[in-house]
Amino acid sequence: MNLTLKIWRQKDAKSQGKMVDYQISGIEGDMSFLEMLDVLNEDLINKGEEPVVFDHDCREGICGSCSLQINGEPHGPDRLITTCQLHMRKFNDGDTIYIEPFRAKAFPVVKDLMVDRSAFDRIQHAGGYISVNTSGNTIDANAIPVNKENADDAFAAATCIGCGACVAACKNASAMLFTSAKVSQYALLPQGQVEATERVLAMVNQMDEEGFGNCTNTGACEIECPKGISLENIARMNREYLKASVKG
Amino acid sequence: MGGLIKSSIARKVAMALSGLFLVFFLLQHFTINFTSIFSAETFNELSHFMGTNPLVQFVLQPVLIFGVIFHFVMGFILEIKNKNARAVKYAKYNGGANASWMSRNMIYSGLVVLAFLGLHFYDFWVPEMVHKYVEFAPEDPSRYYHELLEKFVSPVRTGLYVLSFVFLALHLWHGFASSFQSVGFNNKYSVGATKFAKAFAIAIPLGFIIIAVVLHLNHNH
Amino acid sequence: MSILDSKIPEGPLADKWTKHKNTINLVNPANKRNIDVIVVGTGLAGGSAAATLAELGYNVKTFCYQDSPRRAHSIAAQGGINAAKNYQGDGDSNYRLFYDTVKGGDYRSREANVYRLAEVSGNIIDQCVAQGVPFAREYGGLLDNRSFGGVLVSRTFYAKGQTGQQLLLGAYSAMNRQINRGKIEPFNRHEMLDLVKVDGKARGIIARNLVTGEIERHSAHAVVLATGGYGNVFFLSTNAMGSNVMAAWRAHRRGAFFANPCYTQIHPTCIPVSGDHQSKLTLMSESLRNDGRIWVPKRKEDAEAIRAGKLKPTQLAEEERDYYLERRYPAFGNLVPRDVASRAAKERCDAGFGVNKTGEAVYLDFASAIQRYGQEKALTSGIENPSKEEITKLGEEVIENKYGNLFQMYEKIVDENPYKTPMMIYPAVHYTMGGLWVDYNLQTTVPGCYAAGEANFSDHGANRLGASALMQGLADGYFVLPYTIGDYLSHDIRTGKIPTDTPEFDAAEKDAKDRIQKLMSGSGEHSVDYYHKKLGKIMWNKCGMSRNEKELKEAIDEISALREDFWKNVKVPGTADSMNPELEKAGRVADFLELGELFAKDALHRNESCGGHFREESVEQDGEQKGEALRDDKNFKYVAAWEYKGEPKDAELHKEELNFENIELKTRSYK
Repeated sequence: MNLTLKIWRQKDAKSQGKMVDYQISGIEGDMSFLEMLDVLNEDLINKGEEPVVFDHDCREGICGSCSLQINGEPHGPDRLITTCQLHMRKFNDGDTIYIEPFRAKAFPVVKDLMVDRSAFDRIQHAGGYISVNTSGNTIDANAIPVNKENADDAFAAATCIGCGACVAACKNASAMLFTSAKVSQYALLPQGQVEATERVLAMVNQMDEEGFGNCTNTGACEIECPKGISLENIARMNREYLKASVKG
Repeated sequence: MGGLIKSSIARKVAMALSGLFLVFFLLQHFTINFTSIFSAETFNELSHFMGTNPLVQFVLQPVLIFGVIFHFVMGFILEIKNKNARAVKYAKYNGGANASWMSRNMIYSGLVVLAFLGLHFYDFWVPEMVHKYVEFAPEDPSRYYHELLEKFVSPVRTGLYVLSFVFLALHLWHGFASSFQSVGFNNKYSVGATKFAKAFAIAIPLGFIIIAVVLHLNHNH
Repeated sequence: MSILDSKIPEGPLADKWTKHKNTINLVNPANKRNIDVIVVGTGLAGGSAAATLAELGYNVKTFCYQDSPRRAHSIAAQGGINAAKNYQGDGDSNYRLFYDTVKGGDYRSREANVYRLAEVSGNIIDQCVAQGVPFAREYGGLLDNRSFGGVLVSRTFYAKGQTGQQLLLGAYSAMNRQINRGKIEPFNRHEMLDLVKVDGKARGIIARNLVTGEIERHSAHAVVLATGGYGNVFFLSTNAMGSNVMAAWRAHRRGAFFANPCYTQIHPTCIPVSGDHQSKLTLMSESLRNDGRIWVPKRKEDAEAIRAGKLKPTQLAEEERDYYLERRYPAFGNLVPRDVASRAAKERCDAGFGVNKTGEAVYLDFASAIQRYGQEKALTSGIENPSKEEITKLGEEVIENKYGNLFQMYEKIVDENPYKTPMMIYPAVHYTMGGLWVDYNLQTTVPGCYAAGEANFSDHGANRLGASALMQGLADGYFVLPYTIGDYLSHDIRTGKIPTDTPEFDAAEKDAKDRIQKLMSGSGEHSVDYYHKKLGKIMWNKCGMSRNEKELKEAIDEISALREDFWKNVKVPGTADSMNPELEKAGRVADFLELGELFAKDALHRNESCGGHFREESVEQDGEQKGEALRDDKNFKYVAAWEYKGEPKDAELHKEELNFENIELKTRSYK
């Protein structure tokens, strides 16, 4: 198929960027979206132009590196997948595709389609852990039974890949789904109870400092999340936060 | 007001609680108004009570006004902060793909409701205040129904009220159900609660529309 | 050629590690504050090592090329992690795990290391649970296990199909804690370009800030390399796009021996290549082979018709199908080890029976499993005389519960419904057992330079068992390296901060800059990917699942010529002093072009078939095992560690003899 691509090009964090049009041909339905961009880049390199920079690594939907706002949606029109798992058969010959970086003040553009998501890391540094020494003097694993339902819910929250689609999709660029997934994982496990109060306060505080918007419960994040992280996590974080605020 | 409540979650909860309070007020307001279409007397009685009871006038009324102001000022603060959280806009943003129009446009439905409040205050509350606390006019417990009827003579005003109630419905459609989520209520009962909230969001504004239309027609007959 | 000293402690196998820990030198807490350690790579091994070293009190700097440590490719591991907990009471023990690992590795690993691995395996699970890793649980609230990779016990702990992700996030959470305490300074989007040696010891690295292009100097008292494997030398593999050998190769060029580079694991159940545009391959969990039956058409004409799209696999009757694994290996059937299953698939496809348009795919069919489960389910649900449709529906539900996410992933990629038509699979490069040679302490032949996880030549011998990679990465990082490195660092308590304004750093930085300059000034004929794909083709065709002398020799010459061409004609757009992914790729491919040659040389010298390394010259000549791999313990019972001598083909071989005192060497038979 032949496609028109409208791609955001920006030299570096300080430069102004703009949308640039590219024509591309010979795209097959079996190609992944990123392989389509590989073809474009190979063309650009052969023409002596700079290829389009975008984040990607595992290309199997788990590392959370790839991003891209495709036709106005993070990770494109398909559901429960990342951009690297999106295939070109979802598009038609002659389509025009808008490709933009994930937009948020807290995610400044590094170059072209690549953004800096270190705000997510800082939220995790603030409290995304259980303070246990790692040199192996812990109690036996089965000495801490965990209710299966809670264990499964904790796992579901923990499958977040930190891609930032929730922020990109949210009209407010809010990071509540991400932060709540992290808070929930520990809040649901007995091991996480000891530090629950400090954790939720510290993580929410850091989230606010990073300049993300507030949650208005539109639910866009849940729909666009490639891992289907549930809005229940946000409700849980709100509860945890209120509890922690009361405690102190 | 934004300075008082700093954290994002605290603001969100405050927004939800003030909203829930207004929803409760709406229900009460609707109940009284609804009597107007079948019994002018009941309506007059209730209105008289509300208009003269010191608890209502000097405690509940200020609380309500504070609630309204808090809700919209906080709404503006959040809207500005949220707009700022995305400095560069998308060239193409397909918001309809993942969220309802109502949820994405609370500020606009809210603004329409706010404008309506202006009109509504101008129509009822200001004359009431002038009547009671400026002119100290003599009290007539049966004046309310007629005053009400007078307001709905104009088809334009009636139309504006109807339109505003539509926007109120849109605002409530997202706002009411979403307040549960904000205060951390999301469990097996949520499906039912959400259904109730959505039904409320339709029923109450529809009821108000019916009242307005009936009053308009009553007068013309 | 010299004989390498592996520094294995004396004494009985089961006591070696304890005794070793009791006798090595320690660094007192006050002194640890004055010691810096660099950890390159933040996957399971690097992340866990960084966290524990920081917790012990060392000042740690971590480096990764990703934008966050949490994105390292350990995250993609699906199946699980082995541990000899014996929670299921099925007779598991440290010894059994040790035995299975050595046997699975085809007797090419070091006994003492493997025993230590088994010994600390249980501790890993304790540690991870304490950290909040949400492993799968039973209804009673205790941990669940499954059996994996054809072993006789259930010792695999798992978190659905995302065990690697959960373990990596666990290690990252431990890092978070230390970052918050200021004990780890993370350098993300940074790539190590060279190892800096001072007085023969590893004392720092040269790194490139991938965002600004700046070349930076970082010093430390020891350098830990946990940079993963080199499967991407094949261009197509299940590795991440950025996975590379640069750090390990740079260390190799600075004196670290590279061991067994030819030991590669080719995983049998990957989604086949769909065309030339393919950028990477996706693994489907090995667990699928528990229920799927592998087949190709019996008649070549049928295979041709399927390739041409004229025939559907479901139209072929049972007797027209060749279930070749069940035919060749009646005892193990579809559950033969990875290397055996992979070679058998290649054999059928090479013979012309492949079933997708490229001719390189075989079927993995769930139809009989669906019927079997459907009937069982109908029986247990009390449905009398179920119709065929009912049975199919019930069976599909059972399959969906077990493999739903994998089936969904397959359908997204291939656009075919695997419930209705058989899946297509083909082997793909997955893991590399070879790597930097390390002694018992995980130290390379460069003092102060350590290697952990997949980056070292590891405990897996010539073939790795399923669910053992995660175990080894975390064992190295959490429990082995932080202890053994103390022995070395105890001599550095008076050294003080290592300065970076020394001639050694000047020289290393100049080398790195010159190399970049050279990459940037190619004639601009071909892109980096052009060379990478070409290298991949040579590797896959001549150093892949089946190897012979003639082709390996050709491969050495072809890679050497390709490398020369690369340095002359590569095209790297952009500038060196800004973000430039093409430049990053170029540097990585340049090293693959050297490693590939050493790989072929190693494969050529090892004239035996063992584990993932299959030499056509070394097969059983007769008897029941006729045509199967033939190991040669008399001549090749050693680790081949190569010393860099300029051109990779001139590398010098050093041997570490492997002594098996606790295990009897046997032929692996799956007939």
